[in-house]
Amino acid sequence: MLRLADVTKSFQGTPALHGVGFTVAPGERVALLGHNGAGKSTLMKIILGLIAADAGRISVMGAAPGSMGARAVTAYLPENAAFHPALTGLEQIRYYLRLRGEDPKGARTLLEKVGLGEAARRRIGTYSKGMRQRVGLAQALIGAPRLLVLDEPTSGLDPVSRRDFYAVLDDLAGRGAAILLSSHALTEVEARTDRIVILSGGRLMADDTLAGLRRRAALPIRLQVQARPDTADRVAARLTGTRHNGVRVDLVCGPADKLARLGEISALGALIDDVEVIPPSLEDIYSHFSQRDLP
Amino acid sequence: MNALFAAAGTEFRIALRNRWVTVAVAMMALFALVLSAAGSAATGALGADRLSVTVASLTSLAVYLVPLIALLMSFDAIAGEVERGTLPLVLTYPVARATLLAGKFAAHLGILALAVAVGYGIAAGAALVTDPGAARGLPALWRLLWSSVALGATFLGIGYAISALARRPGAAAGAVIGLWLGVIVLFDLGLLAAVVADGGGAFTTVVFPWLLLGNPADAFRLFNLAASGATAAAAGVGGAAQAIPPALALASVLGWPVLGFGLALAAFRKVTP
Ligand SMILES: Nc1ncnc2c1ncn2[C@@H]1O[C@H](COP(=O)(O)OP(=O)(O)OP(=O)(O)O)[C@@H](O)[C@H]1O
Ligand SMILES: [Mg+2]
Repeated sequence: MLRLADVTKSFQGTPALHGVGFTVAPGERVALLGHNGAGKSTLMKIILGLIAADAGRISVMGAAPGSMGARAVTAYLPENAAFHPALTGLEQIRYYLRLRGEDPKGARTLLEKVGLGEAARRRIGTYSKGMRQRVGLAQALIGAPRLLVLDEPTSGLDPVSRRDFYAVLDDLAGRGAAILLSSHALTEVEARTDRIVILSGGRLMADDTLAGLRRRAALPIRLQVQARPDTADRVAARLTGTRHNGVRVDLVCGPADKLARLGEISALGALIDDVEVIPPSLEDIYSHFSQRDLP
Repeated sequence: MNALFAAAGTEFRIALRNRWVTVAVAMMALFALVLSAAGSAATGALGADRLSVTVASLTSLAVYLVPLIALLMSFDAIAGEVERGTLPLVLTYPVARATLLAGKFAAHLGILALAVAVGYGIAAGAALVTDPGAARGLPALWRLLWSSVALGATFLGIGYAISALARRPGAAAGAVIGLWLGVIVLFDLGLLAAVVADGGGAFTTVVFPWLLLGNPADAFRLFNLAASGATAAAAGVGGAAQAIPPALALASVLGWPVLGFGLALAAFRKVTP
């Protein structure tokens, strides 16, 4: 269980985090979202004890961040995972295994798990960006971490590797690991995490499930009405919508009015061809919560 | 302990790949060869055996070369990891910073010891082949060997401390070269000038010996030359340092590596990745 409360941090007077608090329970996958410079990486480094918070309480499985107890159960993937270019992938992972007191023989399996079996004996200096990222993932899977802190884990990964990565993550969460990951890829986050935490300008803007966020944002829904070629004007007038390209009429309504509006549309009967309901996109919800110019 | 060996093994492998092992060993071997060739002309003049003469020349060589190699190997150790961005990740592993540093230290010291042993081995071999009585100089050679390793350890520690404080490899490189010039070259020149100006006054008799002992390179030279009085003339400061008890020189030679590592650890603990 990861618990954060009132975490505050500033760099030479510039605030980076302000009163951030949330929890990540065992088996839970939480996505940390926010604009560039929102404070995601800073928050992660504080959780890992790499930098100290100015104020606030943090407990990593009951231990203080950065303590041996916390480090023993935590795995980290840094934002730009870097390794010594002169080492091979295999040597690098063997080294990390030994640092965790694990059998270095497991290196091969770990690398195969992230699809680096072929390149295991090549120097990391020759790896592509995505391959380096995979070395980073491989080391984050060492042992049985109870907390994973992953800073943009899928950046640089191709679509198939992303899917594989989330499969591995699901497996870990299934075995009770708490997972905190940051991302800018909203569609992945939508499908693959349990809860979303949004930071903006160092402040916590939201901490909820996607459904909860959708409800709370109460963003307008778009209804696209497909009229018949000669009826579009009449439909637009009857529904007080805007006409588009000859046959389409667009309506916007709040979530509460949706059913009523749909009723009005179906009452038009033969005048219309079809109707499409477009809920607010994830981007819309995200930008609703991550507006930068809030207090 | 396993973590320490892992860190040392990885560091050694990196040094091997970066050709540091080759460079260090080749450098020592080359200088030792040149020294043996040059020394063979002057033999017999001092009445000492060939190996003792060689040891005296090797001492003067080691004073410059061993700290240089140690500093060149160490300046990148922490600043390089900061710059490459490899440090944050390794610091989240359940391993103490002291262990990580000790791992690097063990690897670099091993390379240095190898280079020194090869270099001295070549020079000593040449002496033993040409002079049957040279075996008398073996104790001096052994003393030179381990005190050279101690000297290297001192400068490895100082190099790590600079590397941690500088945070950028470029700045660290400049700083270690400056340090080498200051401590190894200019320090002695400055002392010599001060002794001459002082003309046998309080500085020469009271302050000067302590300054020599406080400088790890001078203490190393004193320690090795004190035991072989016959060759004291080989060193610039040798004559003026006769009064210093060898035990104090020994204490300095052994104390500095500990101090150096302590400095390195203190500086490394302050690094925020
Ligand atoms: N070491 C530092 N010194 C000074 N300021 C810093 C430091 N690290 C981070 N900051 C500042 O703190 C703020 C948060 O940065 P952080 O790296 O946490 O953002 P982020 O949310 O991870 O952004 P991104 O999505 O681009 O990765 C930024 O304004 C950044 O400039
Ligand atoms: Mg970031």
